[in-house]
Amino acid sequence: MSNHKIELTINGRQYSGDVEARTSLADFLRDDAGFTGVHLGCEHGVCGACTITVDGRAVRSCLMLAVQANGATVVTAEGLAAEDGTLHPVQQVMMEEHALQCGFCTPGVVMTLASLTGEGKQCSQAQIEGAMSGHICRCTGYQGIRRSAARLAYDAMGDSAQQGGDA
Amino acid sequence: MTNMNAPEEKSAGILTGKYIGQRVHRKEDPRLLTGHGQFVDDVSVPGQLHVAFTRSPVARASIVSISSDYAREVPGVHAIYTQQDLADFNVDMISFFLASPDVKTTPLADGRVAYVGEPVVMVIADSRAIAEDAASLVEVEYAEETPLITIDDARHGAPVHPGREDNIAAQMGEEEIDEDLEALLQAAPHLVTHKVVHQRISQSPMETRGVLADPEGPKELTLYITCQSPHMVERWTSLALGKPDMAIRVIAKDVGGGFGLKNHPWKEEVAVILAALKFRRPLKWIEDRYENLIGANQAREQEMTLQVALDNDGKLLASHGDYSCNNGAFPQLSECNIAVHMFVWGAYKMPAYGFLTRGWYTNTVGYAAYRGPWAMESLVRETALDVAARRLGIDPIEIRRKNLVTLSEQPTESCMQIPLEDVTPAECLEKLLGYFDVDAFRREQAEAREQGRYLGLGIAAYIEPTGSAGAIATMTGELAQVRIEPTGKVTATMSTHSQGHGTQTTMAQIFADRLGVSYEDVSVFEGDSSRGGFSPGAAGSRQGVIAGGAAILAADKLAEKVRTLAAHLLQVEAAAIAIDAGQISVAGNPDKSISLGELANIAYGEPDRLPPGMESGLEAQHRYQPPPMTFASAANACVVEVDRDTGFVKIQRWISSEDCGTPLNPAVVEGQVSGGLAQAIGMVLLEEVGFDERGNPTAATYKDYMMPAISDIPTFEFVHANTPSQSVGGMRGVGEGGAIIGAPTLVNAIADALAPFGEVEVNLPLTPAKLLSVMEGRDLTPPKVVAPVAVEPVAPAPVAEPVPAADATPAGPVVIDGDWKMILSTPMGPQEMQGHFETSGDNLSGYLSSPEGQMEFTGSVVNGNNLVFDLKVTKPMKITLKYNLLIDGDKISGKCKMGIFGSAKLTGERL
Repeated sequence: MSNHKIELTINGRQYSGDVEARTSLADFLRDDAGFTGVHLGCEHGVCGACTITVDGRAVRSCLMLAVQANGATVVTAEGLAAEDGTLHPVQQVMMEEHALQCGFCTPGVVMTLASLTGEGKQCSQAQIEGAMSGHICRCTGYQGIRRSAARLAYDAMGDSAQQGGDA
Repeated sequence: MTNMNAPEEKSAGILTGKYIGQRVHRKEDPRLLTGHGQFVDDVSVPGQLHVAFTRSPVARASIVSISSDYAREVPGVHAIYTQQDLADFNVDMISFFLASPDVKTTPLADGRVAYVGEPVVMVIADSRAIAEDAASLVEVEYAEETPLITIDDARHGAPVHPGREDNIAAQMGEEEIDEDLEALLQAAPHLVTHKVVHQRISQSPMETRGVLADPEGPKELTLYITCQSPHMVERWTSLALGKPDMAIRVIAKDVGGGFGLKNHPWKEEVAVILAALKFRRPLKWIEDRYENLIGANQAREQEMTLQVALDNDGKLLASHGDYSCNNGAFPQLSECNIAVHMFVWGAYKMPAYGFLTRGWYTNTVGYAAYRGPWAMESLVRETALDVAARRLGIDPIEIRRKNLVTLSEQPTESCMQIPLEDVTPAECLEKLLGYFDVDAFRREQAEAREQGRYLGLGIAAYIEPTGSAGAIATMTGELAQVRIEPTGKVTATMSTHSQGHGTQTTMAQIFADRLGVSYEDVSVFEGDSSRGGFSPGAAGSRQGVIAGGAAILAADKLAEKVRTLAAHLLQVEAAAIAIDAGQISVAGNPDKSISLGELANIAYGEPDRLPPGMESGLEAQHRYQPPPMTFASAANACVVEVDRDTGFVKIQRWISSEDCGTPLNPAVVEGQVSGGLAQAIGMVLLEEVGFDERGNPTAATYKDYMMPAISDIPTFEFVHANTPSQSVGGMRGVGEGGAIIGAPTLVNAIADALAPFGEVEVNLPLTPAKLLSVMEGRDLTPPKVVAPVAVEPVAPAPVAEPVPAADATPAGPVVIDGDWKMILSTPMGPQEMQGHFETSGDNLSGYLSSPEGQMEFTGSVVNGNNLVFDLKVTKPMKITLKYNLLIDGDKISGKCKMGIFGSAKLTGERL
């Protein structure tokens, strides 16, 4: 198995590595670079838990090889909050909307939402929900994720969930 | 001194407070949202090596040979183990109820394999990749046999486990319907016979199984393991390994979902633990999704036929249920799911019910729990009621109104003698109907049908036993330990464990309110068996109910101490003391106040200033023993449209009307219900673990095992119809309900939509193809293809009569007197006991003794080699056990009739 030297930017800092050709970007980020917030739920590109951004675009890091990320700029869920601990708007909205339970799928959901929303992004609620169909969450029934998508969209309704009456 | 084990003070009503009952943000979220959760694969220790398994590619075979020669040559491989290498540990693969298994169960295959995916060989290597490389090079030769895959195969095929007489893993109830019941069923104006077939489900927590076993010398072991309770894993491991002298610490800070799969370790985790002890290095195994879908224990795969007799008005007259469940080869519990029958008519006025319930061994991966393991009771009942309503021409709402037990009719008891005091499914239904306009929907449905569109409304109601404690060894009370630190902050350690349940949040809400501090100043720790005390963690929808009560009582004890100390220091009456936002004040005396931090400093550091006899520090703990069972109730409604052209189901609305007592945090409650409902939607429409005729799994990735996505799940609407329970705080469990009530609600909606075409067979999942076949009247039964079989089929062994006939002639003189070791196969697993018999003429006396105690009987009869005697027991409920045993030499066998639980088999031998 051949080894390859790679250099890349992760969450704003420079990293270099010496990886086997077959090493996935996810394994490199977790095992070599120490970003264990990259979660592996299926390792075959369906569940979305390992989603990160590579050069600004959401990518499933289990389906990309580490060598392919040579020279790239990578952001993981660890890299979104401000240095003083202030949560990224996506993280803040998800906390307010109770959009997570066990938290295993969460870093991937955060990264997809972060890649679609924010400054200069024009994603509708329908587009964000469409992208969310690439994430499996076994806990929440997607209720809080849907409310978060609604608040983060450019056509945000402003309201949170439709609630029944407290009878 | 009050009896600390007795159920304690009753609840006053629905609790609310500054935090309790509010949608406060979760304590868990900041770390989880920023990728700083600590799941099992996020933990590494120095010197750790990695494990991968070689798994069986065949469902049933004897192992001819194993060769690891090529695997051993892979650089980075340290060791390769088979079951032979682990045999000396003699591990006892006990159940959740701590009972030894009915069939020999080993961590790695022991000479035979019994399902595709069974671990046969384990490789220990420098990395997971190297371990997997080497595992693929292990060569195993199998002598393949014809496997039994389905429940029907198990009924007729050669026993999966050599030496057993049949494939019945567990059985309760009566094989023939009781004559009186049969007469009631046959004489009724209407008899509905309704069958439900439930597919096999993969629990599919997003975090697969995994363990890091770190032996620290011969007497200490630390396990990092993804689980539902570190305390349960610690207890299980200590007992299974038979190592009471080993200090075992289990740590699981964050767990990516459990849902019943992670109650306790099973084959692979145990193999890793044993190998770590043998190899004396920390070993890590992280399951991949392929392994999880084929090798992790699975759930459901049940079928049930329910007969329901009704009068012309739709009033229930009698019923019989026949249930079967596929246990696979090595179930975590030899299971016939008695709870299905306990609760099938639990909240309905059903005059007579009888049942037969059986679990079957097959050559498939073993059975484990899944959220609401007994959920078939609601699925079969609620769908049968709708079938009956259609047949009788009654509104499905009316048939429920006519038969549900209302609050005004309680206390009463169900046909299975379950005491009902405060169940509210009828009231939940009325509140639901106050929120959803059924008449408007029926008009819309009629108009849509004229346009060729098929809308349907599904309604279902149920009750659920939650917060159970005291009847089963592992279902205990819960412990809360809380202290006010010298800094004035509050720290609590709990017996709870969250796999998404948010118990750090809900328990902190309680402590903040009851101690008068801000929520931000409370930290709750769990997930470590060295903290808190035993509880089974997330099992049976219990944590909010029982741990919530413990947190209230521990906090109240501590608040009382604060008040006593503050009154002493401030020289006022304790009754005048108020605590709010960490500040202690005195009513009517604004000059006197002290902060909680200042008070704590005195309590810890200046013992001379405490009242005489007061223990220093500000700490309290309480283990809460709740009422034996707390019922949750709900009624749900959903509206669907079934596409006439594609068979796809679109869920348009879903309303949950749930009585969870005090909602500690409504957002957490709704989260639990929503997650369960989503899983139910997956069960009804999408998910299916299938096998081909050779036992090969047909869904081995998430491309084939279809998990519900956001596009499959509607927005749920909630009607909180809460009434306080009788446990402290008034909470009712909410963990499993959605997964139970969701399936019948959705099936009923689909059946209502397609009613113009006829009945929809309830054979889950209800795929578009199946629904199209209903609309188009096509027969979807596939042509029977006989798979080529590479080996000679094994002829089914003759199935022996399970119980010897009473007139069997003993071979020699019968010796009854003496001591006997006997095993009774009960719903909780096999129970060992010792029998002592003394005869005097035809009179028999003696006793049966078990770890639970000794029970004597007298005045019984002996007839030749036939012993007949009765024992009255009071736990878990009042039943008369009727024993009918036969002695043959040094063997004893027979039956024990256990009242409503039906009959259990007994076997044993002379001591």
